[in-house]
Amino acid sequence: MAFGNFDAVPKATKLLVAGGFGVGKTTLVGTISEIKPLRTEETLTEASIGIDNLDGLAKKTTTTVAMDFGRITISSNLVLYLFGTPGQDRFLFVWDELSTGAMGAVVLADTRRLDDSFPSIDYFEQRGMPFVVGVNCFDGARRYQPDEVRIALDLDPDVPVILCDARDRESVKSLLIALLRHAQHVAQQQRIPAGPAQLPA
Amino acid sequence: MEPSIQDETDELWVDADAGPVVRPYAMTRGRTQPTSGNFDLITIVVSVRAVSPVDVGLGPEHEAIVQLCRQPFSVAELSAHLNLPVGTVRVLLGDLLSRVLIVAHNPDPGMEPPGDDLFEAVINGIRQL
Repeated sequence: MAFGNFDAVPKATKLLVAGGFGVGKTTLVGTISEIKPLRTEETLTEASIGIDNLDGLAKKTTTTVAMDFGRITISSNLVLYLFGTPGQDRFLFVWDELSTGAMGAVVLADTRRLDDSFPSIDYFEQRGMPFVVGVNCFDGARRYQPDEVRIALDLDPDVPVILCDARDRESVKSLLIALLRHAQHVAQQQRIPAGPAQLPA
Repeated sequence: MEPSIQDETDELWVDADAGPVVRPYAMTRGRTQPTSGNFDLITIVVSVRAVSPVDVGLGPEHEAIVQLCRQPFSVAELSAHLNLPVGTVRVLLGDLLSRVLIVAHNPDPGMEPPGDDLFEAVINGIRQL
């Protein structure tokens, strides 16, 4: 490709894939992505508290947060990125960056360790980010009904809970479409009070 | 001839697992913030022209970005392909933007929810996979 061809620059958007460690986030991204999941790292320098405290310079620590992501080319002018969120609570400010402009999030849950999904659910609820819960059906794990999971996670009734297999392409496609339909509905609800005189598109 | 001490030290190869030989902040000459631009992880970058001899002060990483971005790449992809932290890539991109070697297309800032057209486009795209 020659330089200077800007007609071909696509617009980018993103979805997030959250959930506890080892729940299958990167597997899910890899199942649907057109590229092998890539890893990007954010290096964070946590300066010690106190202004003009020279002692603090020695106490600066750097932490590396890794994020796996994949890409789906929707059309010649639209690319969708799927970001797996780093699991640790102390990286919530990375979540803030990831969430900005995201269309929605999947919270992947493992019924053997449902507690692991609470931090993600709390985060997206507080932020008002539309999300669905995908119950990753691991081989050998007892199958639960979506409503059992909903009760266990104390979810709002409108949050979709979907049984899925992060290794199965059709299953992941259905999960993402359910997320997008839900997020679209949430977006439509948010627009109603803003524009009483809006004409239908 | 007996191998000298110099020869022995030459054998101390460092592989990729040891991390980059040049620390990321050395590439940015200590800067942690880009001089221009605001680069999201999914900001799409495209090169405008090749690096020329008049572009003094650019390192091999700058050139690598310009070369990669002959096709559109996101900041996250550049970070992954160059094996550099996102913060470092942002600083390098700022240098390139201020020299008009690249253009950067930022995503919607997310101040308001996406429109129906975007939802429909993404849903249809996923269906067709």
